[in-house]
Amino acid sequence: MTRLVPHPVLSASLVLLWLMLTRFSLGYLILGTALSLVAGWAYSALHPAKPRVRRWRVIPRLVATLLWDIILSNINVARLLLTEGRGTRRSAFMQVPLKITDENALAVLAIILTATPGTAWLEYVADTGTLVLHIFDATQADHYRDVIGKTYEPMLMEIFE
Amino acid sequence: MSPLQAVPLFIAIPVAIMVVLGSTLTLIGALGFARLTSFYDRLHAPTLATSWGTGGIIIASALMFSVIEGRAVIHEFVIGLCIVVTTPVTLMMLARAALQRDRAERSPVLPEDMQLRPQHPEPPAQG
Repeated sequence: MTRLVPHPVLSASLVLLWLMLTRFSLGYLILGTALSLVAGWAYSALHPAKPRVRRWRVIPRLVATLLWDIILSNINVARLLLTEGRGTRRSAFMQVPLKITDENALAVLAIILTATPGTAWLEYVADTGTLVLHIFDATQADHYRDVIGKTYEPMLMEIFE
Repeated sequence: MSPLQAVPLFIAIPVAIMVVLGSTLTLIGALGFARLTSFYDRLHAPTLATSWGTGGIIIASALMFSVIEGRAVIHEFVIGLCIVVTTPVTLMMLARAALQRDRAERSPVLPEDMQLRPQHPEPPAQG
C-alpha cells in the first residue's frame, strides 16, 4: 500500500484539484486518480522524507486564526499606506528566535508570515534558529513577537512535531 | 435576458462588495508599491493584493458563477491556493538577495546587529 501510494494526502489533493478544474465525471475521476498516483511516485523519488502531520484537528484552528489575522493586518497596512504614508510610520528589522526546526513547519510559517501583510520573511538561519523579519510598522514589533511565539509556533509544533 | 440579469439582488450585492473590496485593496497595494521609497518597505505593499485583494475577487467570482451555472464553481480557489503557496518563494528570494547585497556593501539601511548573519561567532575578514 505504501509502495503503491507513497503520498496519500498529496495524491488525494491532486485528485480533488483535478475534479475542481474539470467537471465531475467517472472518466475524469479515473484519469485524475491515475495522474495523481504517478505524481505521487515521482514526488517520492524526488523527496523521500515524508512530512508527518501528527494532529489534523489543529489545522482548522490554525486556518481560522490566520484568516482573521490576515483581515486585521490588511486593514492596518491599507490604513498606514493611505494615511500616515511617509510621515510618522517607521519600519524595522526584527530577529525572532524560533523553537521549531521541522522544515515543513518552517515552510508553513513562511506562508503564514508572507500572506499576512505587514511582515516579510527575510531569512532563517538554521544554525541558531533565528528568523529575520522585516516589519512594516515598527510599533507592532512586540505584537508580532507574541503572535509568532505564542500563537503560531505552538500550533505548528502541535501539528508537525 | 443576459446571464448577468438573472443574478438575484441578494447575490449581486455581496458579489459587488467583494469585487470592490478586492480591487480596492489591490489598488492600495499598487499605490503603496509606487510611493514607498525603501526596498524592504516595498516588499509589504503587494501582499495586500496577494491576500485579501485576490481573496475578495475569488470569492465574488465563485459566488457569481456558482449562481449563474447552478453548480459549485470553485476552481477559483485553486488560483488562490497557488498564489498563497508560491508568493513566499519569490518574496524570500528577493528579500535575501537584497539582504545579501546590503551586507556586502555595509549599507546604512541595515541596523548594526543585522550586518552579519546571526551565526558568525567572529566577524569575517571582509564582509
